Amino acid sequence: MERIKNILPPGEYFFEGNEACAEGALAAGCRFFAGYPISPSSEIMERLARRLPDVGGVFIQMEDEIASIGAVIGAAWAGAKAMTATSGPGLTLMLENIGYAIMTETPCVIVDVQRAGPSTGQATRPYQGDLMQVRWGSSGDYQIIALSPWSVQEMYEMMVEAFNLAEDYRVPVFIMSDAAIAHLRETCTVSEELSISHRVKSHGTPHFGTEDQLGVPPMASFGEGEELLITGSTHDELGYRRTQDPTVQKRLVSRLSEKILRNARDIIQTEGYFLEDAEVALVAYGICARAALEATKRAHQAGLKVGLLRLKTLWPFPEEEIKGLKVQKIFVPEMNLGQMVREAERVAEVEVVSVNRVDGEVITPGEILEAITT
Amino acid sequence: MEHRLKKYLRTETLPTPFCPGCGHEILMHAILRAIDELKIDPREMLFVSGIGCAGWIPSPHFKADTLHVTHGRPIAFATGAKLFNPRLKVMVISGDGDLGSIGGNHLIHAARRNIDMVVICANNEIYGMTGGQVSCTTELGVFTSTTLEGNKEPPLDLCRLVEAAGASYVARYSVMHTGPLITSIKKALEHKGFSFIDVISPCPTQYGRRNEFPTAAAQLQALKTRCIPIEKAKKLPQEALEGKIIIGEFVSKGQRDEETDKDSGAGGTRGGAQCPAPGAGSGN
Repeated sequence: MERIKNILPPGEYFFEGNEACAEGALAAGCRFFAGYPISPSSEIMERLARRLPDVGGVFIQMEDEIASIGAVIGAAWAGAKAMTATSGPGLTLMLENIGYAIMTETPCVIVDVQRAGPSTGQATRPYQGDLMQVRWGSSGDYQIIALSPWSVQEMYEMMVEAFNLAEDYRVPVFIMSDAAIAHLRETCTVSEELSISHRVKSHGTPHFGTEDQLGVPPMASFGEGEELLITGSTHDELGYRRTQDPTVQKRLVSRLSEKILRNARDIIQTEGYFLEDAEVALVAYGICARAALEATKRAHQAGLKVGLLRLKTLWPFPEEEIKGLKVQKIFVPEMNLGQMVREAERVAEVEVVSVNRVDGEVITPGEILEAITT
Repeated sequence: MEHRLKKYLRTETLPTPFCPGCGHEILMHAILRAIDELKIDPREMLFVSGIGCAGWIPSPHFKADTLHVTHGRPIAFATGAKLFNPRLKVMVISGDGDLGSIGGNHLIHAARRNIDMVVICANNEIYGMTGGQVSCTTELGVFTSTTLEGNKEPPLDLCRLVEAAGASYVARYSVMHTGPLITSIKKALEHKGFSFIDVISPCPTQYGRRNEFPTAAAQLQALKTRCIPIEKAKKLPQEALEGKIIIGEFVSKGQRDEETDKDSGAGGTRGGAQCPAPGAGSGN
């Protein structure tokens, strides 16, 4: 981690979520963006098309989402902190190459501005339908990191965290936004300095393995004379294909997961509100958590002991935090038919109830309160 | 005496996995000869390849940066790497299925952008690695594992495709024309802009044995009569060109602006005159 000067003059800005996303990326050191237009994410690429050249970065609009994430991975290996932004259908197209990024341990950031699906669905309406797509969408076994902001301010800050985590763990990091956060305009305070992670470089050492069997290897870039051998096939620590060797496959697939899971305590971030004496807990993330907090406050005014656990990290899933809730019942409001609720049920030791809204509208505090009180 | 091209190879990966009689090893040799004759330091090069037998030409064999990616996508990966570090000399080596079918969109758009890279299509006119299925460049009537009564779909001329899309250097040779092929690869490497070379490289295992080529040698020999130089073809009537492969240089344009050279404008925009050193893209 290094403290650096922010590239934006410190102060208060009035950003929409997508603008804050682009600015947060630039602050984090992102110097490459490749993307393809898709609602409700396009303002991210439009702002970066204007801003990246200002800071010596590269912007390209590719021919599709498959090419976009491919170009991001190519640029990352050329030394860039690189990102793309899309929405659910575009993310679906990216999934094969996201698997490649996971397998080759390529740091990159993928912003998913979620909209109502399946398929084209409601292109401009908010939804939380991609929780499982980012976790399980590509083939095979792996772990990724996913973060979800609930405000414009947090969108800005989370982009910096996302780029840092991508470098720290050499893994694709997802930002789970949605159409509501993307187009919400709020005050965003930009600090004078911020902390960023640099790529860990080492020359002449393996780029796909460490002495620590579950560690994160250093990573060189193209053009540094390292003779990098990179493949999406099962490979040993030097990058050589070992597709018929059960030991190599087991070691690689275990490390790809364990390098994230065993650091879950460092990665996971949550926030608790009124949980100290709560009898009922709400567990929510993103825009939904704002409604949940308001519902929590209203419940308090009505004399109900309700608390909120807000998830900032969605993957790795905050199992310990949910398991540790000292309540009698957990409600999981989400803007889908019940995705996170299954994860909560898996780990919670008390009854878990799903509260849903699936019409492309943001769930309201009243709806959540009603679910708690009936 | 050590072979002059051995220094470009990760010798521990030899012998190659290519079948006896496969054209890909001849192509591999031609590419390394071109690099050697131009005295290019392979450490300045990035080789990107996709899925299929051709993807194995550079990866793992070439002793340089090699990126072996998903099926059909090497040009997209190469575009990102080249745009971020324009000092890299980028060569994509992949097959007809990878570049022409599943990756056809990227081929068109990289040619349109005139991105400075060399794309070599190791065109064996079939899906070799997966068992000999018909490809977008298989000739009419050819038997494959998925065209049991002979191919009924006309083949795609990848050279004409990329020419129409805007490629500034386009050529086709076969592995039986190694002299002009090496010269062509050298020209492509020195050309600033999008270069495409279609290299007919026979697959005796999956194509030859299903199509009346008793030996790999017979299939290689047949290329001598199947291929007609473009200069000669121009003088022949259309009927005489039935079933023939036209070889030679189709496009060789002078220098013009290419994507990685621009410093302003739309798509592929980079700011500032100086490119950051690789890895220096953060925090300034």
